[in-house]
Amino acid sequence: MIVFADIMSAAILFAIPLLIVALGGMFSERSGTINIALEGIMIIGALFSCLYLDSVAKSGWGEKHAQLAMLLAILVAGAAGIIYALLLAIASVSLKADQTIGGTALNMFAPAFAIVLSWAVQGQGQTTINIPTWIRITQETFGFHASAHPGFFEALVFKSLYLTTPIALIILGLTVFLIYKTKFGLRLRSCGEHPQAADSVGINVYKFRYIGVGISGMLGGIGGLAFTTAAGSGFQATVAGYGFFALAVMIFGNWKPMRIFGAALFFALFKVIGAYTGSLAFLPDFSGIKSADNIYQMLPYVVTMIVLIFTSGKSRAPKAEGIPYDKGTR
Amino acid sequence: MRKRLNKIIHSHGFASFLASVASIGIGLIFGFVLLLCFKSSQSITGLGHLLFAGFSTPEKFAKVLYQAAPLIMTGLSVGFAFKTGLFNIGAVGQYIIGTFFALYAGIILQCPWWAAMLAAMLGGAIWGAIPGLCKAFFNVNEVITSIMFNWIGLFTVNLMIPNLPAILDKGVSNRTANLDATNASAIIPKWGLDKLLGSTYMNISILLSILIAVIIFIILNKTTFGYELKACGLNKNASIYAGISAKRNIVLSMVIAGGLSGLGGGIYYLSGTAQFTITKILPAMGFNGIPVALLAASNPVGTIFSALFISYIQVGGEAMQPEFAKEIVDIIIAVIIYLSAFSLLMKGLIMRILNWKRAKRLAAESEEVTK
Repeated sequence: MIVFADIMSAAILFAIPLLIVALGGMFSERSGTINIALEGIMIIGALFSCLYLDSVAKSGWGEKHAQLAMLLAILVAGAAGIIYALLLAIASVSLKADQTIGGTALNMFAPAFAIVLSWAVQGQGQTTINIPTWIRITQETFGFHASAHPGFFEALVFKSLYLTTPIALIILGLTVFLIYKTKFGLRLRSCGEHPQAADSVGINVYKFRYIGVGISGMLGGIGGLAFTTAAGSGFQATVAGYGFFALAVMIFGNWKPMRIFGAALFFALFKVIGAYTGSLAFLPDFSGIKSADNIYQMLPYVVTMIVLIFTSGKSRAPKAEGIPYDKGTR
Repeated sequence: MRKRLNKIIHSHGFASFLASVASIGIGLIFGFVLLLCFKSSQSITGLGHLLFAGFSTPEKFAKVLYQAAPLIMTGLSVGFAFKTGLFNIGAVGQYIIGTFFALYAGIILQCPWWAAMLAAMLGGAIWGAIPGLCKAFFNVNEVITSIMFNWIGLFTVNLMIPNLPAILDKGVSNRTANLDATNASAIIPKWGLDKLLGSTYMNISILLSILIAVIIFIILNKTTFGYELKACGLNKNASIYAGISAKRNIVLSMVIAGGLSGLGGGIYYLSGTAQFTITKILPAMGFNGIPVALLAASNPVGTIFSALFISYIQVGGEAMQPEFAKEIVDIIIAVIIYLSAFSLLMKGLIMRILNWKRAKRLAAESEEVTK
């Protein structure tokens, strides 16, 4: 049973960054702007928040106020993401440039900038920014002691819990509310479906697209931090393609928040299973084949593709996404 | 003569050329500012390396050409799909599969180089066909399929190579054999270019890539097939109305784009100087096809120059080490692409400046006439 708890907890840990970032992408695309720059935004968010965590770890303040420091790091990640995403908004909303071009440029800029900046801060060749271990939420955080033999529930909750996990779930709830239950959500969606119609009833399309891209920047940045804490070996100027997976999860989730949640869990579960093949007896171990771990690493992608092929018939992107809005056109 | 010159200067093509040059200039200035920020004492030497290393020795220049050839191919691949309204982010996966097919044909089947190149093209085409088919028949967004198949391709190759003892180098389980030792006929011929530039990197791959770029240019601009592809990219519904099969064109466009990327992988690894090593990350050569295509505005002939430029500046970046991180080059390229995103805006500005001068001169001339 403990194995299942471990798998579940690892799957949730990896689903969280996917969920946050895919929700970010959804905000942007629902407003009509394709945000292919999520990968770059994640890197920038992770870069600045990890630099922040590193500095408070060195000063000693962070360890005494661990969760407050983590919360501030999340804010730093979100702010850095917003600022970086604004570069995309300026290019693709105000200047009406091609959205994939601007996004690709930002994706290319981020990892290079992360390496250059971490060299400048930590010294030549020092690419890895270490993350302090005290950011993990444990039983001690709530004032009671961890038992020597954790049960199912304890292993599930406390094996790898970070502040990003509850925050991601709050973000999910807020997103559902915001998109479907508020005036803001309706207006945002209208800008992604038919901006001319939205404009004709007095909605400022440019403003909503800026907000959409801005929110995607914030969530992308936080997702970058969530990924780095999940990966667990410090920040190495990369998020290993998670920004692109998040894009896939968003499409897989059909641009709907709850479905995105399901898609993120599904993808993460298959991603984690491969790491636990040894402890799951019912999985074949392909003993005759060399480097068989590649089969399991391939699994989440193959399964996602199969599911997509069967479910995509009705899939529909926001109608006006990718087209810069120009007041003059009809 | 002067009239003709004037005509060239005031054409749109010239304005977009100037816009590209301006983007490149601003990108380089940005890079120089970064150098100044991080190590001002060595910034001038660093800039010198960046700008002139590619021409400093024949060997460095050979490296520029050697790296430019696969970049032209992946750039053409991305650009070709762009013309059909598809974003081929899967050039990396097609590149890896192309590499594997080329090495399988070269090392295990002992094919000559041209057959191995065709195998590379076939591998890439298969990998490109999958997103095309998924898009045409199952309405799956080609971006997501391409991303998935990049990783599936990487893991497939990582799985295949250790299980094919014949393809491996002696005593290792993660690197393919040296072509020189196993099948020298699979190495792309050099035609004396290696002696000319004094570098083993050099072979005819750059000439081949340029030839293919020209062929792609002709297909896109001078044939009915190319016209149909572009029509699908510009307005899918209108082209369906005009009797063009959009599904067929989506699949064909991805097949060709995939074949081009696959050929890029073949070109790089059939040079005889590179041995494929298993990695867990996607190779940059495939991803760099995207900036190459964007910088060239998807124009096949422009791709030749943008690939040469990116390869040149990358060689310069390597020469900047160890004082500076070679990633500064990526930053410069990113800035250039970001600026090229508003090439239309810049082009308009440049046109206005040019025409303003012209209008002023015309006004002055007409004044003289009236006198």
